[in-house]
Amino acid sequence: MPAAIPLTLELAGLSTALLLLLGVPLAWGLARGRGWWVEALGAVIALPLVLPPTVLGFYLLILLGPHGPLAPLLALAGLHTLAFSFTGLVIGSVVCSLPFMVQPVRSAFAAIGSAPWEAALTLRAAPWDAFVFVILPLARGGIVTGAILSFAHTLGEFGMVLMLGGDIPGKTEVLSIVIFNDVETLRWPEAGALAAGMAVFSFGVILVTLRAEARMARLRA
Amino acid sequence: MTLPRPPSRRQLAMLAALGIVAFGLRPAPARAEETSVAVAADFTVPAKRLAAAFEQKTGDTLVLSFAASGQILAQITQGAPYAVFLSADAARPRKLAAMGLAVPGSVFTYAVGRLALWSAQPGFVDAQGQVLQTGHFTHLAIANPQSAPYGAAAVQALKALGVYAAVAPKLVTGENIAQAYQFIASGNAELGFVALSEVLQDKSGSAWVVPQSLYQPIMQDAALLKAGEDDPAARAFLAYLQTPEARAIIRGYGYGTTP
Repeated sequence: MPAAIPLTLELAGLSTALLLLLGVPLAWGLARGRGWWVEALGAVIALPLVLPPTVLGFYLLILLGPHGPLAPLLALAGLHTLAFSFTGLVIGSVVCSLPFMVQPVRSAFAAIGSAPWEAALTLRAAPWDAFVFVILPLARGGIVTGAILSFAHTLGEFGMVLMLGGDIPGKTEVLSIVIFNDVETLRWPEAGALAAGMAVFSFGVILVTLRAEARMARLRA
Repeated sequence: MTLPRPPSRRQLAMLAALGIVAFGLRPAPARAEETSVAVAADFTVPAKRLAAAFEQKTGDTLVLSFAASGQILAQITQGAPYAVFLSADAARPRKLAAMGLAVPGSVFTYAVGRLALWSAQPGFVDAQGQVLQTGHFTHLAIANPQSAPYGAAAVQALKALGVYAAVAPKLVTGENIAQAYQFIASGNAELGFVALSEVLQDKSGSAWVVPQSLYQPIMQDAALLKAGEDDPAARAFLAYLQTPEARAIIRGYGYGTTP
């Protein structure tokens, strides 16, 4: 059990970092793009919101396994499968939490409108500079929200981990699995303590971040 | 993991209704009843077959719910309205009786589970299970030994063979026996311990039927729950499970039965 706490935090932290790198450009593309593919891509990204995590976990089990499309790459790396590994869980978490990152950031980009971007370009800012120094600060609220939601969601992710993880202590046994096992084996006091701890911690993370965000907004005003 | 209820429920209900019409005018009418049965996930397929045979005989309707035994136990303690519980072990029905949630004296062994070492690859598991000693694999799947009886039996067998310490780093654990099966069937684990009944249904890959001397018999016990105490259909189904006909069906799925 003690190993599960740092492991879960590491999984949530690493997944959130990867989601920032992946989700912010995706959200920009969705907010700025025009054409039928925008909504099609948006729908694909939103799928994890509606699909049961066990379904996602099952597909990932096939996808990351020795008969999946990634198998040749895995063989090059000397691996049999990505299931039952921390790496596999990170990939799964990124997939499952992608809509939690992309949706708020996309909304933030859309709310900014095209004026600041065009103004920056007119003033001869390079597109990269305009994005980093104009757009990202303006969209900071959405990005912070996306990161908090992704972190909190990964912290509590259960169905996907159950299907893909194989319950290996120190590698794939995250907190939600420990709680589940405690309930299954009637260790309800332990399950209750962990669940309460998790709820309090999640509440704390969200509260602290939201307060920091509100203070920043006041300072800016 | 949990299979949907059989689609024929409506037809069965109609059959049951026909039964009422046919017998309704008799002095002692055979009334059709609906009874809910909670079934351990490993027994899903035989339970459906047994329920269908029972319904055909009696006109009663059985509503089957499938989950891991541990989950069912937790649900019953929280007031789930099941009349009958077919567990994957002997401990949980006994525990329910001790808690006053099962009818005392109603607990009996309906099936004896048997363990098999299975791989989806043909020829991977040899007839003596030597593959456990030679160890050319990265993942060995078992059910959770804390909560699933087949998982506990798998650990006992590994210890009896003297290979537990060697394979422990390669163990991956499914929540129940059906998930362990999934890990192996998808190829993510090269091999693992599952229920013989699952292997017999699939018949692909390679398997070793683990000798019963290597693990404690997996007694699967049934219990009449408090919610079903006054339910004649629930009692009738439990009685049916002990008939030679039902026992033959159960053995046909790779389970043993007690004498």
